[in-house]
Amino acid sequence: MRITCPICGERDIREFTYKGDAVALDRPAPDAGDEVWDEYMHLRDNPAGVTRELWMHSGGCGAWLVVTRDTVTHEIVGVALARDVEGAVA
Amino acid sequence: MRLDGYGRIDRSVPVTFSFDGKSFVGFQGDTLASALLANDITLMGRSFKYHRPRGVLSAGSEEPNALMTVKRSGGGDPNVRATVQEIFDGMQAFSQNRWPSLDWDLLSINDLAAPFLTAGFYYKTFMWPKPFWEKVYEPFIRRAAGLGALDRVHNLDRYEKAYAFCDLLVIGGGPAGLMAALTAGRAGVDVILVDEDVQPGGRLLAEDECIDGVQATDWVTATLEELEALPTVRVMTRTAVTGAYDGGVYGAIERVGHHRATLGGLPLECFWRIMAKRAILAAGSIERPVAFRNNDRPGVMTAGAMRAYLHRWGVVPAQNVVVFGNNDDAHRTARDLVAAGVHVAALVDIRPDVVKSDAYQVIAGAVVSDVSGGRNGVESVRVTTPNGESRIQCGALAMSGGWNPTVHLACHMNGRPVWNEDISAFVPAPDMVPGLRAVGAAQGVFSTHGCLRDGAEAAVEVARELGVSATETALPEADDTPYALRPLWAVPHKGRAWLDFQNDVTVKDVTQAATENFRSVEHMKRYTTQGMATDQGKSSNVAALAVLADVTGRSIPETGTTTFRPPFVPVSIGAMGAGAQGKGFAPERKTTSHAATVERGAPMIEAGLWYRPSYFPKADERTWRESCDREVTMVRDSVGVCDVSTLGKIDIQGPDASAFLDFVYCNTFSTLKPGRVRYGLMLREDGHVMDDGTTARLDETHFVMTTTTAAAGQVMQHLEWVHQGVRPDLDVRIISATEQWAQFAVAGPKSRELLNGLLDESIDSEGWPFMACGAVSLMGVEGRLFRISFSGEHAYELAVPSRYGDSLYRELIARAEGLGGGAYGMEALNVLRIEKGFITHSEIHGRVTADDIGMGRMVSSKKDCVGKTMSERPGLSGAEREQLVGLKPIGAVKQLTAGAHLFERNAAPNRANDHGYITSVGFSPTLGHFIGLGFLLNGRARLGETVKMVDHLRELETLCEVIDPVMFDPDGGRVRG
Repeated sequence: MRITCPICGERDIREFTYKGDAVALDRPAPDAGDEVWDEYMHLRDNPAGVTRELWMHSGGCGAWLVVTRDTVTHEIVGVALARDVEGAVA
Repeated sequence: MRLDGYGRIDRSVPVTFSFDGKSFVGFQGDTLASALLANDITLMGRSFKYHRPRGVLSAGSEEPNALMTVKRSGGGDPNVRATVQEIFDGMQAFSQNRWPSLDWDLLSINDLAAPFLTAGFYYKTFMWPKPFWEKVYEPFIRRAAGLGALDRVHNLDRYEKAYAFCDLLVIGGGPAGLMAALTAGRAGVDVILVDEDVQPGGRLLAEDECIDGVQATDWVTATLEELEALPTVRVMTRTAVTGAYDGGVYGAIERVGHHRATLGGLPLECFWRIMAKRAILAAGSIERPVAFRNNDRPGVMTAGAMRAYLHRWGVVPAQNVVVFGNNDDAHRTARDLVAAGVHVAALVDIRPDVVKSDAYQVIAGAVVSDVSGGRNGVESVRVTTPNGESRIQCGALAMSGGWNPTVHLACHMNGRPVWNEDISAFVPAPDMVPGLRAVGAAQGVFSTHGCLRDGAEAAVEVARELGVSATETALPEADDTPYALRPLWAVPHKGRAWLDFQNDVTVKDVTQAATENFRSVEHMKRYTTQGMATDQGKSSNVAALAVLADVTGRSIPETGTTTFRPPFVPVSIGAMGAGAQGKGFAPERKTTSHAATVERGAPMIEAGLWYRPSYFPKADERTWRESCDREVTMVRDSVGVCDVSTLGKIDIQGPDASAFLDFVYCNTFSTLKPGRVRYGLMLREDGHVMDDGTTARLDETHFVMTTTTAAAGQVMQHLEWVHQGVRPDLDVRIISATEQWAQFAVAGPKSRELLNGLLDESIDSEGWPFMACGAVSLMGVEGRLFRISFSGEHAYELAVPSRYGDSLYRELIARAEGLGGGAYGMEALNVLRIEKGFITHSEIHGRVTADDIGMGRMVSSKKDCVGKTMSERPGLSGAEREQLVGLKPIGAVKQLTAGAHLFERNAAPNRANDHGYITSVGFSPTLGHFIGLGFLLNGRARLGETVKMVDHLRELETLCEVIDPVMFDPDGGRVRG
């Protein structure tokens, strides 16, 4: 598998570290309530299809990336820097 | 035997090798299989289960039978396919799975017991008595069945891994692959052509035919010359592509050293990862045997293999041969053998309407139904026709059930091949692997002309997709004989007919699996072990599922194939893990004080990848405890020096640096004054403790954070995540500086005295109170000084650029010794911190909250931070939790052990009564008894209570008193001193 880092270009999967679903970017407000926080922390979809994941280019520039990937075909549809993704502000 | 005038071996270079201790001579260009056949050795191994005598079945990497152990000076490998292994001078080959010898194998008695050893016999037979499985049955089965054995010597062979990149990967260098590489290469496409054989050419090396009016092998040579001259083409031989993976990544194994007598520094194998924008699968096809009684006897081989041995190596297995087949290709074998002067006793073809020949007898509409002979070869075959049976004398049998396109790589991403009725075989469907297309025989196009055309066309298409204009050059003229066959999988007859030669699976086994309702192809596979041997059923899977389809009344496409998985050919673990053996797996990180530490005789312990001194033994000290006790007392009484460089050091700068720290730490840092240090506690977003450490504010916008040694990498990654993913609004930059600074703890009542002899400007309590930090100069070197303490003593940490670490450490030790102090190691460091109730990852192990460790009030109520919301959940604080406490045994000499559990004094020590556990212990020379830290249910309210420690593993039981975790100097007078 190869991921195209927006900063470094296409690199081997071994340079990257996986974190989890990109829902982690949408951190709720502290007072958003138990249900919202429960959902944010623990509840994840497991789609057969397109999913957004967080990867870090740990063996490269250190950028956190949002990788849009198809879990059925493993095709990577898009890669963006996490810092540029909408909703990533507390 | 070897034929004069045949073969593409170099007869001017004889090669001497041995087989089972007997010396033989072959020629340069021989494989082990061809050289043995040339020496009239037909018996090459024993089968897996029945220990049946076996010869060579094929001439390629699909070989199921001729597996051998090959030894060279300094190493060797079991289960080497004799058809792939090139011979070299001094090579020693040994047969496998036989005892005492290949000729007389005692366990061939299994063959007589065959009626009891059918599919599923393990499951049925070895059920009772139950304890016998582990003690009797399994060891016996393991000894009886099996392939080669490892020599149980540590493998000293070198393996490598490498990466390659190309626009077009051509897999296989037969006519289709060569033509594809040539067409693409001429257009300037960046091509890698990979072939598993010694040289490209594929089937052309094994045939007698012409291309463009010259011998096909000459065309191959000319084509290779042109390819070598093309600047964008790279040809890799002895390299088998083993897998197709996501994103155009292909794995390949290169046999670098297997054919060499001595490696001379070369690796044995190299595992390649090839990144290709496009791939052309020109892997050819594999001939399939026909199942009939005793079709596994030595001397029975596939018709194409017999032709390959004739043309490529000038070898025939016998002077008198019968050919049996269901297709035109079998006739080619008969013709070529006759042309070479070999007597073809008969060509048996199941098709009634085949062309007769003047050169040999053709028996149409007939089958071979049995083979007679001994372990060293065939004596006769029985031919069954609608009119009856006859027996024909012969020394070898060539058989052909048709050809299966080598679809494996195209199926590695879970695609299923499709059935092609015309050739009775599976072929790849388009786009099963994105960017890969199959051509030539791999796609079911079997004529040389068809392969050349297919390869050229595919290359033009690929070039166009890559944006390169390529023109299809004139195709060389070549044979275009059509291929016709009538499906024939198994000859119905009594007796055992082999499908999977390597795993000893017969037609009867597959039938029985279906009878016992293992009708799915995947169930049949596992019940019979069909295709589960090292050859992965390359020459047998399709026939087996055809038999299954027949007995279950389904069509072959309905029955379907099993899953194709990498690797295509066996890959040694050594090659896959190249570079990760020994220290490659766990590299050593050494501090700048390493040399000086080792010089002082300190045993080193691993802390993650780091090496740190355990203790510094004196000449008269006999146990580590003596050294540890002395070092603890030394720090408490005078001064000790310890390298703490392994702690993570993270440099944090920017206008929003303090706001960032407020967000990642649960306590507040924006209120910290420049020149001061504060202890910080970091939570995970789920509210549990992630790490702790001190952070120094060097100036308004510049902080240096320390992390624990263990969590340095994790914290760095976390900080980057929080910054980039959660708070990109903050203007801050973060970088690890762990390796840039050497940092030493100088701890004890005489620490300032020591420093004042060393620093260019002396320090005092007013300028450098507890938790002060700042720049210092020592002997003209700019460093940093932090007045922090992990021992509870008046202490400092002194940091200098790493290049001064070694000399500073030596200087500090010398000065400490001058003051009655010296170096201390991890054991003493641990005791010192337990005495003070300071936590490490033994305590903050991932399941504790700030409240559990008595730091609940550190979570600031005035601001948000990572983990704050979740830490406020019910159940994460309070009396219902296990809380950090100190423990001391009742009875001075009693021992505490880490990992032991805590119970109420009179409670039975079982899980239901569990009240907690001990995390850290040590003997405190300061207090004169063992001390421990642990977690106890509602522990803070139970100070003074007596609880029972039970270590079930070490069978220890001790009563303990619950005490405050700060066991020494509770008001902290010493640290401020």
